[in-house]
Amino acid sequence: MKPLHVVYWVVGAVVAIFAIGAFHLALAEIGWIPFFDWTFYFEVAAAGLLQGVMYSLVALGFVLIFKASGIFNFAQGSLVLFAALTMVGLMEFAERELGIELHWTISFLLTVGVMIAVAIAIERLVLRPLVNQPQIILFMATIGIFYFMDGFGQTLWGSDVKVLDVGMPIAAAVEPLGVRMNVYDLIAAGVGAVLVAVLAVFFQYTRIGRALRAVADDHQAALSVGIPLKTIWTIVWSVAGVVALVAGIMWGGKAGVQFSLALIAFKALPVLILGGFTSIPGAIVGGLIIGYGEQVAENFVGLAIGGAIQDWFAYMLALVFLLFRPQGLFGERIIERV
Amino acid sequence: MAPESKAGTALDTFPKLLLHHLRERPDRPAMREKDLGIWQTWTWREAAGQIRAYACGLAALGLKRGERMAIIGDNRPRLYWSFCAIQCLGAVPVPLYQDSVAGEMAFVLDHAEVRFAIAEDQEQVDKLLEIGERVPSLEVVVFDDDRGMRNYDQPFLHSYEAVLELGRKFDAENPGFFEAEIAKGQGSDVSIFAYTSGTTGNPKGVVLTYDNVLISARNGAAFEGLTEKEEMLAYLPMAWVGDHIFSYAQSYVCGFCVSCPESGATVMQDLRELGPSYFFAPPRIFENILTTVMVRMEDASALKRRIFKFFMKHAEKCGVRILNGEAVGLGDRLLYWLGELLVYGPLKNTLGFSRIRLAYTAGEAIGPDIFDFYRSIGVNLKQLYGSTEASVFITIHPDGEIFADTVGKPVDQVEIRIADSGEVLFRSPGVFLEYYKNPEATAEAKDPEGWMHTGDAGIIDERGHLKIIDRAKDVGHLKSGTLFPPKYIENKLKFFPNIKEAVAFGHERDHVCAFVNIDLSAMASWAERNNVAYGSYQELSQDPRVAEIVRGHVEQANRDLARDPKLGGAQIHRFLILNKELDPDDGELTRTRKVRRRIIAERYAPLIEALYSDRDSVHIELEVSFEDGRKGRIQGDLKIIDAETYPVAGDERQAAA
Amino acid sequence: MVAAARSFDEVLLEVRRISLAFGGVKALTDISFDIRKGEIRAIIGPNGAGKTSMLNVINGFYHPQEGEIVFKGETRKAMRPHKAAKQGIARTFQNVALFKGMSTLDNIMTGRLLKMRSNVVLQALYWGPNEREEIRHRAFCEQIIDFLEIQAIRKTPVGKLPYGLQKRVELARALAMEPELLLLDEPMAGMNVEEKEDMSRFILDVNEHFGTTIALIEHDMGVVMDLSDRVVVLDYGRKLADGTPDEVRANQEVIDAYLGVAH
Repeated sequence: MKPLHVVYWVVGAVVAIFAIGAFHLALAEIGWIPFFDWTFYFEVAAAGLLQGVMYSLVALGFVLIFKASGIFNFAQGSLVLFAALTMVGLMEFAERELGIELHWTISFLLTVGVMIAVAIAIERLVLRPLVNQPQIILFMATIGIFYFMDGFGQTLWGSDVKVLDVGMPIAAAVEPLGVRMNVYDLIAAGVGAVLVAVLAVFFQYTRIGRALRAVADDHQAALSVGIPLKTIWTIVWSVAGVVALVAGIMWGGKAGVQFSLALIAFKALPVLILGGFTSIPGAIVGGLIIGYGEQVAENFVGLAIGGAIQDWFAYMLALVFLLFRPQGLFGERIIERV
Repeated sequence: MAPESKAGTALDTFPKLLLHHLRERPDRPAMREKDLGIWQTWTWREAAGQIRAYACGLAALGLKRGERMAIIGDNRPRLYWSFCAIQCLGAVPVPLYQDSVAGEMAFVLDHAEVRFAIAEDQEQVDKLLEIGERVPSLEVVVFDDDRGMRNYDQPFLHSYEAVLELGRKFDAENPGFFEAEIAKGQGSDVSIFAYTSGTTGNPKGVVLTYDNVLISARNGAAFEGLTEKEEMLAYLPMAWVGDHIFSYAQSYVCGFCVSCPESGATVMQDLRELGPSYFFAPPRIFENILTTVMVRMEDASALKRRIFKFFMKHAEKCGVRILNGEAVGLGDRLLYWLGELLVYGPLKNTLGFSRIRLAYTAGEAIGPDIFDFYRSIGVNLKQLYGSTEASVFITIHPDGEIFADTVGKPVDQVEIRIADSGEVLFRSPGVFLEYYKNPEATAEAKDPEGWMHTGDAGIIDERGHLKIIDRAKDVGHLKSGTLFPPKYIENKLKFFPNIKEAVAFGHERDHVCAFVNIDLSAMASWAERNNVAYGSYQELSQDPRVAEIVRGHVEQANRDLARDPKLGGAQIHRFLILNKELDPDDGELTRTRKVRRRIIAERYAPLIEALYSDRDSVHIELEVSFEDGRKGRIQGDLKIIDAETYPVAGDERQAAA
Repeated sequence: MVAAARSFDEVLLEVRRISLAFGGVKALTDISFDIRKGEIRAIIGPNGAGKTSMLNVINGFYHPQEGEIVFKGETRKAMRPHKAAKQGIARTFQNVALFKGMSTLDNIMTGRLLKMRSNVVLQALYWGPNEREEIRHRAFCEQIIDFLEIQAIRKTPVGKLPYGLQKRVELARALAMEPELLLLDEPMAGMNVEEKEDMSRFILDVNEHFGTTIALIEHDMGVVMDLSDRVVVLDYGRKLADGTPDEVRANQEVIDAYLGVAH
């Protein structure tokens, strides 16, 4: 994306947010929804957007692996859970068995190491034996990995809900211009933004990034120009593991580390469909749209029809996209000469 | 005309102009070429440096005043410098078409008694080696690109770099030689041999003097107000006189920069990157570009397509008038401005036409739709009429007087008149010296008073514009004496997308009649839209609704003809639609799709007879060849249709005249 | 033309007694031949003769059960693809293996990946030495683009190109690796006459201009006889003949197995 495009999107987004607000105001005027209030609307929108960043974080893990290997990694959710569990688990273990209080940063670094080890293991034990197999086989393998990681993590660290404290205020809020926003969400959004920027640069401008794109495109060709496929896969899964860890911390820190973390991966699906499976900016924009959309739908329209829109809104939006723009907002149009 | 040579002070030769630019604008760009993906630029100072060393190198190799040196290759800076370097020594450059086959090349090289040649690359060197024996005069070959040349050890082959090296040494040993050689040149000297690619017989070597070329180029530049700031992309063959004038002569006259494309295949991209201000292309290229645009719009999203259609409609309505500076309502102007922002601007940008101040087309008739399309989006496209023998310029559309059906008014110092036979004659400082070694042809083309016979039939309309109607030898007369230009009439019909071919008859007849071939793809899509069922071309061609459409077109053409007092009598009275396509395989067309009148007249004699009788249908039975080479017969009854004719404008005036 | 007159002494690659089987199906049996520095070596044979398998063994896609490969004096049981690339073996594929979503230039740039040295962090920042390195590699790729006359498609995604041009881009990418040994798997398959002529010219030019040793598989016998210095003939996984084009053409077994049939 060119810088100018970013400007277009930001301007467009602001316009769209106001327009949708006005639309709801109109709905309220004619009595189709119970009420509308601009301040409340902006609070809801802000909360939704911040929530959206969290979705994006998870979606990012999918995009990375899909971009580099063409595999839809079903196991990404379990990686999020496993990473968060490991991090909390390590802290608890140190306190219980060794009697020392492990600072979360140290635990974080140790967990990064664990995620890299996991990546190496996945490459060695699953991907390498399956080289040159059809995509569907690899997809099935990731389902296997999902259940394994899910169960293994809980066997290792127990299945009770854990509290992950990384020293961030859960309940604090700020009110710029009278719009109330959660500080935790703001920080999470900031972390997400930095991560995305780093990854985008990594993919676009480095030698490894170029090699990643090559591997994603054609394995044989990549091998023939001397790209070591296995190293690249290990790197990608490691990066995806670290992204999963960050997502795990953000989600787990807010709602507790528990099995349901693995399921947020399913929220990432509509995000991917909206943004396109191969696009990092797509994961961001998709996440923001879904986060914002479901909050606004829940808080205004939901009241009119009895709620619970939040649970299915994202999927319905994704369905509409599949019908009209199957490659997503930023996805590469599939170029194939017949 | 020839000024008494003031020992090199007059700017009457290219080398003198080169020195002039070296003094006046040494650091302005003179030449550009895209190489390895990057535009490389040479300033006038750098270009002059190259030319100096090059000329001295050629002198060291023995090139002498008056001798000829051939230039063979694509548009490359070094080949353009070759012109000037050769001219510095008083020798004469002979550019050759780079795609001509060895035999053609041999003829020209031999005819011009070429002793030196510069070839662009291995391919051209190979051709020269192949024909070497047939051209005894050829002694020295210089090559520009050394790729693939390392195994060539013939002593007469020299790389461009080696010649430059030689030249620098020669220059150091003979100080003042270069300047002295340039000072010896004068305007009346021979500047170039431009061989015309004869469609029949051997090419003729048109000898042009410096005065011919430079005065014409200056007059053309003055007519349009060209400056040193123009940007020009040189992509047409260097052997064609047009390229020589636009990309070489006018660059030296005005001091503007000429750019060479990376390769023949990249011209469109290079065009876009460069955004020239001055551009020439034959109608075929403008047509191709338009087709590409239309095809791409068909693939665009529905919204984009709708926006495009809407604004193109608006451009059609007032774009041409806005470009011509006519009065246009404020609302239309605003909408056009919005269109410029949304459609015309981006479109011109992708085509590389954003900065175009002036674009020419010439060579053949351009379809009015195509012409108006470019003008309507703000590209100042003009028609030009010229010839090699005229050093290009005869007539041009003056600003604000652009008409798709004329080729404009004479350029300064050009006189035109129409001979009694209808042939266009002109006289100008650009008129060539002679055809080399062919005095008969020279005498035939140029009469003693200096009037040049163009071979084209034309008329001068009431606006003082020249209209070319046909080749002079093809123009006939009706019994009434009215001019009958068959191709002109046929073109009028063929500009309708529904009509693929037309053949007009009328020479020594009472009135004009015509055969029409419908365009199957255009008519088939019409049939589809209107639910017209048909089983074959034959069936579709005889559908009465099709006949109605064609009659509409014919009558439209008649209305156009009626507007012209001299051609109004040549309106089409009756026509029929053939139930078979005219086909080169049946000998009815040439391979380049030109109508072969004699053969058609023989083959379809009964049909022509019927057109001039009062019958309203005629039976046809013919042998035809199919695409796979089989022969077959077709037969059927063709309807003969009467078309409305219209009163001729200014009839009385013509009667008076 | 080129053939016959040239002679080559230094052996660049030698395969010795190679046998390769896929689950009992023998693809190659006891094959030995060498490729000498600077030559154009053709591998011919009917469909299913094991030509592509042979190339895959040389660049490490397949690991033979028996035999050894000597490349630049180093003896191995088997090659590994990215190691082969690192040591100077580049290849093209019968069915074109390009990065379809990338432009021609980006595809060719991937051929330079192994040559890039500078630090990942500097790369990320597009700074100092990295910028210079990037420019140097780009310049190299531009020379290849110029060499193969594909300037017009520099920025075009290769998935949109016609087949003949894709083959040329693939060759360009292989050349960007500055290989010592270039393996071409049916470089002219599916091309029209004009494209074949161009490709033949490029192969000869590459051999001459860069001094690259070339091993190629080709079906068009005319092309093979014109281009190659020596020819090895395979049939059903076995070596049938080995020698100059003229020798091979005169070999009765080859005539029976291959040349005799209407190719």
